[in-house]
Amino acid sequence: MDDTTVSPLLPSIETGSDQDIRLSGTWITQHVPTLEKCIGQWLSRKTAPGNLIVDFSAVQRMDTAGALLFLRMEKHLLEQGFSLERNGVSPAAASILKAVEPHAQISPGLSPRLPLWERILNRAAAIALEFLSSLRDLTAFTGLITQTLIMALLNPRRLRFNAILTQVQKTGASALPIVGLISFLIGIVLAFQGAGQLRNFGAEIFTVNLVAIGVLREMGILLTAIVVAGRSGSAFTAEIGTMKVSEEIDAMQTIGLNPIEVLALPRIIGLLIALPLLTFYADMMGLLGGAMISFATLGITPLQFIETLHGAAGLNDFFVGIIKAPVFAFIIAMVGCHEGFKVSRSAESVGQQTTRAVVESIFIVIVLDALLSILFSALGI
Amino acid sequence: MSNPEKTSTEKIAIEIRNLRNQFGSQILHDQLELDVRSGEILGVVGGSGTGKSVLMRTIIGLNRKAAGTIRILGQDTDTLDRAGTRSIQQRLGVLFQDGALFSSLTVSQNIEAVLKEHTGISGKMREELAALKIALAGLPPEAGGKYPSELSGGMRKRAGLARALALDPDIVFLDEPTAGLDPIGAHQFDQLILDLNKALGLTVVMITHDLDSLHAICDRIGVLLNKKMKVGTIPELIREPDPWLADYFGGPRGRAASRQDT
Repeated sequence: MDDTTVSPLLPSIETGSDQDIRLSGTWITQHVPTLEKCIGQWLSRKTAPGNLIVDFSAVQRMDTAGALLFLRMEKHLLEQGFSLERNGVSPAAASILKAVEPHAQISPGLSPRLPLWERILNRAAAIALEFLSSLRDLTAFTGLITQTLIMALLNPRRLRFNAILTQVQKTGASALPIVGLISFLIGIVLAFQGAGQLRNFGAEIFTVNLVAIGVLREMGILLTAIVVAGRSGSAFTAEIGTMKVSEEIDAMQTIGLNPIEVLALPRIIGLLIALPLLTFYADMMGLLGGAMISFATLGITPLQFIETLHGAAGLNDFFVGIIKAPVFAFIIAMVGCHEGFKVSRSAESVGQQTTRAVVESIFIVIVLDALLSILFSALGI
Repeated sequence: MSNPEKTSTEKIAIEIRNLRNQFGSQILHDQLELDVRSGEILGVVGGSGTGKSVLMRTIIGLNRKAAGTIRILGQDTDTLDRAGTRSIQQRLGVLFQDGALFSSLTVSQNIEAVLKEHTGISGKMREELAALKIALAGLPPEAGGKYPSELSGGMRKRAGLARALALDPDIVFLDEPTAGLDPIGAHQFDQLILDLNKALGLTVVMITHDLDSLHAICDRIGVLLNKKMKVGTIPELIREPDPWLADYFGGPRGRAASRQDT
């Protein structure tokens, strides 16, 4: 009791004669490795079964771990045909032994370990099933959203305009600096790389075409969508998920509010408005970056740049880019909200679902972008 | 602590002298003195804002005191080096209000984490010891593989207690162990604490508002009054001429709880 540091007295088992053994030292949790070793050594000793007197008088302290190990050793000996008698057990040790005894044979409730190939197969199957079921859930959620959206459009008073405007502000206006900067830099990169290569053919002027087509058709929308997925898609999941953890969504349902209508719709509609606007802004910033580099490295004046731009890219190029914006907005917002509603009641789950929301939405956006790219070129748009 | 029969109650597990806790200019405790006897169950009560949790956090070292000395198991906590602090930590177990289990680990892993940090026990043995603690806390064996979010409030408390017992501590602190439990669950939890106190010789310090627990299992009650601690048994405290105490034990709830007692 007075030894606050772990007692240096290690536990041990000594054999007196064939009929008695002496336990000594501290039989406590900290000494379990030593205890396991000396019990193992002692049991491996071949002794003919008989009557054994176990002397506890030199045991200074025994806790539940020590008691567990002693009881297991005792059981092992009993099974071999020994008969045991405990001697000199202190009242403290006796009551601990008594408390542990009913649970001594308990084993951790674990499933037996499967062979490696089976575990690999199980894991693969689990991943495949999870993928399929998340696909099914997402489809169902799309249906639910569409239904709620139609109901709300039929009765526009149920559209929450304030909430939608807040979302446009949060997902659109607040994203202007970062989206602008990234697009501007991408315009610069495209122009730099293009100028370097095209100069070899004496075709520097086509740098303008490269920047215009690259930014308007692909880069503007794709980068904006990725930034928004990381910024707003994750925010949707975290916001809705945290509400789920604190039972706010349950509370909402009990007072007759539809969580989909209140939480998901404003976010989806808000992003449907914000993303096309952001994309337009990103296109302009990308062209601006391209124009600046064209002027600096190739000496193409801004006026020349605009003139060449007219010939290089048509209105259709601009629309090919901008038409993808609402599609991507719908996907990002929907995946974000869906993952938010899937959060279970733990803090860890919020983080998990947020990661999934971002990865999933960026993945879908890029795959869809590639498919649309092929489709548009096949159609000759 | 080596004697569960509480015959050697002269031994002091925690000794607090002249403790002062303050936040800014607000003084919570001043000149607070408290002796927790080895092997007893001490209930800590007090109005809200009197600093019951702060006192507990100060004793276990989560809160820095402004003045005074705290001796745990004979050691002055101020003079301990790192290793000494660690070995004292190993002899204290804490059950926080909602269990405070690590949500990313299963119940069994929660207990194993403590064993892994403080001992060199092998993986398999850790699992078995965790299973033993789970059983001692009155949980079914399957509970070990579950995550805290899959457990009910009462089971989370038991799991938290199992983790607090991981290293077989001498002293266990419980922060409102029966809050949020139904009367049956609360009674069973009280019984569990009493059983463990008897069987393992645990010293228990519990903050509680549950008058039934105070009557049923506490050997003594410590009341936080006027920034100090007044300790005594319930009959002793009722005789004190303090209006708050009279309200606390003599109010309708207090009287109802004491009727069951007799």
